[in-house]
Amino acid sequence: MNAYTGKILYVNLSTGSYRTDTFQEDFAKAYIGGTGFGVKTLIDNLKPGLDAFDPQNPLIYVVGATAGTMVPCTASKFGVFAKSPATNLLGEAYSTGQFGADLRMAGYDIVVITGKAPKPVYLWIDDESVQVRNAAHLWGKTTWEVEQLIRDELGDQNVRVSGIGQAGENLVRLACLINDHFRAAGRTGLGAVMGSKNLKAVAVRGTHDVGVADPGALQEFSKELYTRAEGPATSKYRGLGTAANMLTMNAQGCLPTRNYQSAMFEGIEKVSGEYLNEHFVTKIQGCSACPCRCEHIAEARDEGQFKGAIARAEYETLMAFGPYCGVDDLNAVIKALEYCDTFGVDAIGTGIVIGFAMECYEKGLISKEDTGGLELEFGNGAAMVEMVKKIALREDIGSLLAEGVKRAAEKIGRGSEHFAMHIKGLEMTGYDVRGLKTCALGYAVSRRGADHQRHGSYGWDLGGKVDRYKAEPGRGKLVMGDEDFYCVIDSMIICKFTRTIWKGGYEDIAKVYSLVTGIPMTSDEMEKAGERISNLARLFNIREGMTRKDDSLPERVMTDPIPSGVSKGSVTTQQDLDIMLDGYYDARGWTELGVPKESKLEELGLSSYASIIAK
Amino acid sequence: MSKYKFVSTDIDKCVGCRICEYICSLEKNKAFNPTKSRIRVVRIYPHTNATFTCRMCEDAPCVAVCPRKALTQSEENGVITVNDELCTGCGWCIEACDFGAISIDPKKVVRMCDLCSTREGGPACVEWCPEEALELTSTDILSQKARIERVQQLVNAAEESKHAETNA
Repeated sequence: MNAYTGKILYVNLSTGSYRTDTFQEDFAKAYIGGTGFGVKTLIDNLKPGLDAFDPQNPLIYVVGATAGTMVPCTASKFGVFAKSPATNLLGEAYSTGQFGADLRMAGYDIVVITGKAPKPVYLWIDDESVQVRNAAHLWGKTTWEVEQLIRDELGDQNVRVSGIGQAGENLVRLACLINDHFRAAGRTGLGAVMGSKNLKAVAVRGTHDVGVADPGALQEFSKELYTRAEGPATSKYRGLGTAANMLTMNAQGCLPTRNYQSAMFEGIEKVSGEYLNEHFVTKIQGCSACPCRCEHIAEARDEGQFKGAIARAEYETLMAFGPYCGVDDLNAVIKALEYCDTFGVDAIGTGIVIGFAMECYEKGLISKEDTGGLELEFGNGAAMVEMVKKIALREDIGSLLAEGVKRAAEKIGRGSEHFAMHIKGLEMTGYDVRGLKTCALGYAVSRRGADHQRHGSYGWDLGGKVDRYKAEPGRGKLVMGDEDFYCVIDSMIICKFTRTIWKGGYEDIAKVYSLVTGIPMTSDEMEKAGERISNLARLFNIREGMTRKDDSLPERVMTDPIPSGVSKGSVTTQQDLDIMLDGYYDARGWTELGVPKESKLEELGLSSYASIIAK
Repeated sequence: MSKYKFVSTDIDKCVGCRICEYICSLEKNKAFNPTKSRIRVVRIYPHTNATFTCRMCEDAPCVAVCPRKALTQSEENGVITVNDELCTGCGWCIEACDFGAISIDPKKVVRMCDLCSTREGGPACVEWCPEEALELTSTDILSQKARIERVQQLVNAAEESKHAETNA
């Protein structure tokens, strides 16, 4: 096999030992890499029904098929998998930067970490050498400090580190994994899984060649791909960045504002992508082997308490700390994002949970005593920033919010569950799906919980290709197509910002796959792989207890109409959802309860998992 | 000052994407391996990115210090050639280079940029850099460019203030 190392590394932190195993071409072709490798490895290595903090919950790192190569925007992408402490279902997150390329160069496509170290440690993967090293001096440090300390200790400024801040140590269910300073495997609480193992970080250095099957043809095709990647297909990301969405989402009446109390924000001008780029962005830099460079680094430069704060600013995270919390001061937003990076919490989820807390505070469900003296009202940027810290450190009500919005609402009660914006226990993201019906379905069925990244089905609604305000059974087929395509994208792993440079459906992707790995792959086979991976993920969740009733939407989305703007009056009811769910399950070849049929399993080569559906 | 041409980076344009490392290693080793690239990217947080590669120094210090005389420099273009038979991988030249432009191959011989002198189209990194941050240039050309740019800035500023005056 070319590109693939074919090697799996198993590390047992309880005993401090490790072993390696291999996989063959049939596994590689069926599951591709990234998502496919992650889901397959997790379902095969996890005992069902375990608590996410159980030492036997495996923390799994995977790279994509094209990791370590010059295929645009793919070299360093990697995925992390485990059972999620937020949802008790599939935990899955992706990141990029520089880390992933080194993991492949070190010689591993999959790393499975089990057990729990008796004392804080970090894992050091240095080509064939694998060490579990003392991390007592790193515990309690921020993610940025940890990377620098490890680099200094190992004497190499090019060592790549994926690690946790205090949030992961404190088992905050929103804790994430930070690598290369500004990049995060952000969602589903994987940082807490790492912390529960007394593991502070994974450090890696790889020096091996990554060979490809046809270097000449790959270079040739890459030239074409690079030209496309530097053209109009990616101009948004290279220009304002995803922050461009701020004004457009606001104009379309689907920008989550004040915990979804509204879909438009009156302070939008001061938090727009235009304003951000003009006043705060100091540099746009790139990830490994990326011709697009989209990493917008923003710095708070206005005089005041947040001066000097620095973070990467994208739409979702700007939304979560801007309009979502009613804050129109980008200085405060950037500081909040910096805290998310350094303390290591999911910026999207943390913004949503703080927005929830703000609504609780304004409704008198939590008090100033609960907040440790903070006036946690919508629009109070300073209080919002402090609350990020309190969540990471589990101080005052931060300790309850650290459990995620679902658990926090269950504890607070008194009607707060009505506006706890989550699906399956994962916080909502930046699309008001009351006015985006296809997107609503995508969110409801997303395997890791509320998520726009597993489907991108807002494209149909916002692009005007369907009636965004109408629920129809046919949306099911659209979402299925989106999900399977994204499964392949997330298995290769290709940056979604470049998704439109890949033409002919799966054709270009299948072509590049073969040029890189030497494994023949047709467009149809690739599409089937996407479907296979989607189904395997569904089986995983079913095995962990998920049912049709978990494919739902937040209560507010189903009952409170959008109050104003372009989407005024919109709501996505249970009835709307049921119409679309029935259509989706049918398109997928699943029962009305959302369980894959035996015939579907057979079709996809997943019959060995038939026991999961035989209940 | 060197009369020779070398690959120089515009630090304002470099975004640290490392495509130069990927393409150089592919050119020289038929496989992707940034650690074997002759051009190396440095990123210093939060957002400083630059590369360094052989500057084709006149009276190159690496050539002077080699105890085995394994390095020779071309009169024509300043490219330094390594005699693999003589090189012992002692690394003395690496210490002598102010730019960190020399690295050691796993075969324990040193490597540095040779301007892709056998490649049609010249340096691969210059061709592939998506930001056009790399340039095959010389110090003479760079300093002339800087002078012209500064003067142009003065001209532009003068035009602007003249324009503002007439409109006032």
